[in-house]
Amino acid sequence: MLIYLLGAVLLAGVSLFVGTSSLRTSLEWLRSPAALSDTVLWDIRLPRAVGAWLVGALLGLGGAIAQTLFRNPLAEPYLLGSASGAALAVTVCLLAVDTTMITGLAWMGGLGVTGAAFVGAAAGITLTLTLSRGVQQTANLLLAGVVVAFVLGALTSLLMLRSPDIWRAMQSFLLGTTGFLGWRSAALLALVFAVCAIPAVLLSRGLDALTLGEDTARSLGLPLGALRVGLLALLSLATAAAVSQAGIVGFVGLVAPHLVRESVRVNSRQLIIAAPLCGGVVLQAADLVSRWVIRPAELPVGIVTACLGGAYLVMLLWRRAQRE
Amino acid sequence: MNCTAAASRWLAILALFLAGQALAAGPIVLTDAAHRELRFDEPPRRIVSLLPSLTESVCELGECARLVATDSFSNWPVSVRSLPKAGGLDDVQVEQVLRARPDVVLLARAPRARDQLRSLGLVTFEFESDSYADIARNITTVGLMLGVPERARSLNARIENSVTEVAAEARRGLAGRSPLVYYEVDNGPYGAGPESFVGEELRRLGARNILAPDLGPFPKLNPEYVVRANPDVIIISPDEAPDLVHRPGWSQIRAVREQRICSFPPEVRDTVLRPGPRIATGLKALADCLTRVSP
Repeated sequence: MLIYLLGAVLLAGVSLFVGTSSLRTSLEWLRSPAALSDTVLWDIRLPRAVGAWLVGALLGLGGAIAQTLFRNPLAEPYLLGSASGAALAVTVCLLAVDTTMITGLAWMGGLGVTGAAFVGAAAGITLTLTLSRGVQQTANLLLAGVVVAFVLGALTSLLMLRSPDIWRAMQSFLLGTTGFLGWRSAALLALVFAVCAIPAVLLSRGLDALTLGEDTARSLGLPLGALRVGLLALLSLATAAAVSQAGIVGFVGLVAPHLVRESVRVNSRQLIIAAPLCGGVVLQAADLVSRWVIRPAELPVGIVTACLGGAYLVMLLWRRAQRE
Repeated sequence: MNCTAAASRWLAILALFLAGQALAAGPIVLTDAAHRELRFDEPPRRIVSLLPSLTESVCELGECARLVATDSFSNWPVSVRSLPKAGGLDDVQVEQVLRARPDVVLLARAPRARDQLRSLGLVTFEFESDSYADIARNITTVGLMLGVPERARSLNARIENSVTEVAAEARRGLAGRSPLVYYEVDNGPYGAGPESFVGEELRRLGARNILAPDLGPFPKLNPEYVVRANPDVIIISPDEAPDLVHRPGWSQIRAVREQRICSFPPEVRDTVLRPGPRIATGLKALADCLTRVSP
């Protein structure tokens, strides 16, 4: 865990040198500060690195909760419909601002992309929970999540087809973006992270029993219902906050718990602590790659996480196949 | 360099015009943007246009009555709003196009839509519609196709005159100022580079673009790039403008600090972004704002 923390600090330091300027210019800026260089280094690059860490941490936390709670290594933070709900709400928000196409929903424009994403993510999760009639049946919950994701995704696509003007703005949301993470976003994300991570660690004591199966957990006296409600609420809040600030960054929530499990043997509680730290470092690294590869332009960060995450999972599969 | 390009453009237009005149009585043979040669025994009477700038061109040539359907985004002139709508290039409503029984379907480069329409026996004609040069070229082609090459010639001359006039007026208004401009197409942030149509318009008005040409027409930028370039003027959609000050570090940008922002409502933005016959109107909107807010 210490290595993840050290990695985060190291990457935050490196992030001061990665942007639209050359390494030498960045060094000069550090040596002899001026108004512009101060703004770039301390108001843009550093909060962006901190914000990326926090978004990654929230997704890592969401991934660890989802994979442990559903006992499924493919579970990820978006499976309860938060991403598709947020995407639909952002589309409606952009349309409400841009055209008079959707009458009666003009107020959505006033929410802004961030507000709409949060409301949409929360609404997507609520819809999933309503369809699955609560949180007690894992299979129902997953199925409802898939249905919500498909239906809301289809509605989003339909609206995007009707208004190509918002296509680019939607793509940056759908592919994730860390470009506009400033100190304001970082402060908000830090608050949500604290609100989610501390109770999650406290609740995670019961999760080890859950890995033995629901019946066993129940027979051990575990209050399964309350545990599920609590953890799902935290998962929802963490994901909604991350999506609202950085769009839909794929793979981090899925990969972070795997990375932790592959490197050390951990119990559920340790996973809940380590996966956010790992997710933070993963997204920080992806953010650096996204700003560096084609500078001064940049790659959407979701493309980087998908490539890195995909490559890692394939490697994992091969390694397992060899072992067997 | 520019003079040579302009001269060769006009020579090409003239050649097309003469070809049109020579063939006015007989069949018209035209080559589309996909390098396909199409022969029209007589000017098409029923036209479906799947691109707003082409719809506008047909109407500006006085042949609006020949349009029997358009894409969903064609909204000018007002009369085309009541025509049947056949979707967009990514979701062409083939049935709607078929029902319109067109002699020809005008569209942008869109291989999928073209192949689908052609497999149903429809005649399609593709246009390149990305640059300033494409405007005159497309109007000439449409004019030849519709058998009104003379009108196309005078429309092109009218557009060229208006554009020259607006540009000259803008340069007078700017009085030697050459504002450094950032045009944001979308909040990715995606900017409009010098190679884009908007980039060409800004150059014509004497403005400098903060984006380097090698970044491509609509690059996704690291927002830090804009802060470092410190533009004098930012052109952005009205809904994004109030949020500029909240973007990390952007409050330091001169344009944001001094509120030198241009925003256009959708109907004006259409004229700025569409490489079509209303370019002078769009250019005028840009020029007026630049003259007003430039330092």
